[in-house]
Amino acid sequence: MYTKYNQGYQQYLEKIQQIGSTEMIINMGPQHPSTHGVLRLELITEGELVKDVIPHLGYLHRCFDKHAESMNYGKSIPFTDRLDYLASMNNSHAFVMGVERMLGIDDKLPKRVEYIRVLVCELNRIASHLIAIGTYGIDIGAFTPFMWCFRDREHIMNMLEWASGSRMLYNYIWVGGLFYDLPVGFEQRCKEFITYFKPKLVELDELLSSNQIFISRTAKIGVLPADVAINYGCSGPMLRASGIKWDLRRVDGYSVYPELDFEIPVGQGLMGEVGDSWDRYKVRVDEIYESVKIIEQCLARLMTDFARLPDFDPRAMVPKKATMKAQNYYVRAENPKGELGFYIETKDKSDIPLRLKARGPSFNNLSVLPELGRGVLIADLIAILGSIDIVLGEVDR
Amino acid sequence: MIKQIGEEIDKVFGPGVAMLADVGLQDTLIVAPSRLRELCLWLRDHPKYYFDFLANITAVDYFPEGRFAVVYNLTSIPFQLQLTLRVELAQDRSLEQLPEVPSVSMVWRTADWHEREAFDLMGIYFTDHPDLRRILMPDDWEGFPLRKDYEDPESYHGIPVKN
Repeated sequence: MYTKYNQGYQQYLEKIQQIGSTEMIINMGPQHPSTHGVLRLELITEGELVKDVIPHLGYLHRCFDKHAESMNYGKSIPFTDRLDYLASMNNSHAFVMGVERMLGIDDKLPKRVEYIRVLVCELNRIASHLIAIGTYGIDIGAFTPFMWCFRDREHIMNMLEWASGSRMLYNYIWVGGLFYDLPVGFEQRCKEFITYFKPKLVELDELLSSNQIFISRTAKIGVLPADVAINYGCSGPMLRASGIKWDLRRVDGYSVYPELDFEIPVGQGLMGEVGDSWDRYKVRVDEIYESVKIIEQCLARLMTDFARLPDFDPRAMVPKKATMKAQNYYVRAENPKGELGFYIETKDKSDIPLRLKARGPSFNNLSVLPELGRGVLIADLIAILGSIDIVLGEVDR
Repeated sequence: MIKQIGEEIDKVFGPGVAMLADVGLQDTLIVAPSRLRELCLWLRDHPKYYFDFLANITAVDYFPEGRFAVVYNLTSIPFQLQLTLRVELAQDRSLEQLPEVPSVSMVWRTADWHEREAFDLMGIYFTDHPDLRRILMPDDWEGFPLRKDYEDPESYHGIPVKN
């Protein structure tokens, strides 16, 4: 039945039925390993050329928005961990910042808490970028970087497990504080890890960045001009690779980032054009170098100025009940994948939100794929999709 | 900043198109749905503000009132500004006649998927949207799950939905 409200679906069905005699429809996913999860792409192809890409989402939809409307803010934190499950710390940090801002306690937190938050977030950022680089290599056909990335990521996972008790989904950052202080000796072990990791990172960079096969597969493939990137709402490494210096850690200057010294890497088109797949990969590698710098500074401050005190309680500011007046707030933070935002609208005198929407960076970054994918070879589409670095937990929420 | 934008909008579009909302934390304009698209285009191309980045679109349901809202969070990348637009929709919650807002997906392409999500989960109809179909739920799903008065079906294609 053709009604006003299913018009779009009917038009889509007609489009699929009216393909030409030389065209073919290929389903990629939802079980295809190079779609990085349960993404299904419907490709209209002519020979080896992709004429159109129709993404189908929702295979991992877990009703985050609906769940959040029935529980208080503290209980939502484990759900935010499951949005971008490769960077759980960053997700909860963003959410917690929004709730703290609405409660009006965001600038009263102890400095040690803030530094620990930034430390674990940057560790998690490295872990997330390592996955991005490793799986991108394997998409292209390079197997070694994948093993190297997972070997180093495992050290970070073990450290964060030591701090929070869980390997991937931490529930470590709480509204108004932390679950626990860092375990005794964490700073030292983290320092040892950084000493170990720095030469490994150079090695990894050399292995992949200047590899001729890798360059041929990625340079000048999927060039994303800056204006298109902005119009599609791309953020994070996607936007920076297109040459825009836009990093919310600097723009908003949240938490203790204004006190830290780091650069914002942007795409320069060293191997091809600005905004191609190689640039997106390279920006991630450069960001790992910057995260290492941030971690070193955090560790130095945590071991001197804000060293552990026996009577320090990271839960001192955690509110018993986070009741607030009716208001709304859009909080955003720089995740490894881009701008993670939470739009929170609260009810009067209640600790349960009226509406909570998560704006996943991968959701917006993925929406540019049909634009990039038109007219490329099927093999290049894999290279483009890998360079976008999506996490389906965040696309489908 | 927000007062200046409000005054300029009054000058260009006439009074009553956008009103300042005093809700504290972030600058918010309440916009009449009829002029939404023109206003968005104007905000995007204005040399002094240049809101070129649409961060988020949220649909809000105010059950039991017959009222919905669509919230647009804009960012200006060159000037590092943020602005929230709000469209209030009065509607009697019937599923035959959905609340309608003009689509802004020709202004920002981000809006395409965000509007599809709002249509899918909250049942807001965006007029002149190029490809308005469900995005997260299956295409033949009935009802709009994020509405507060939504009730789960018993089964979907013979699969029990409730355990």
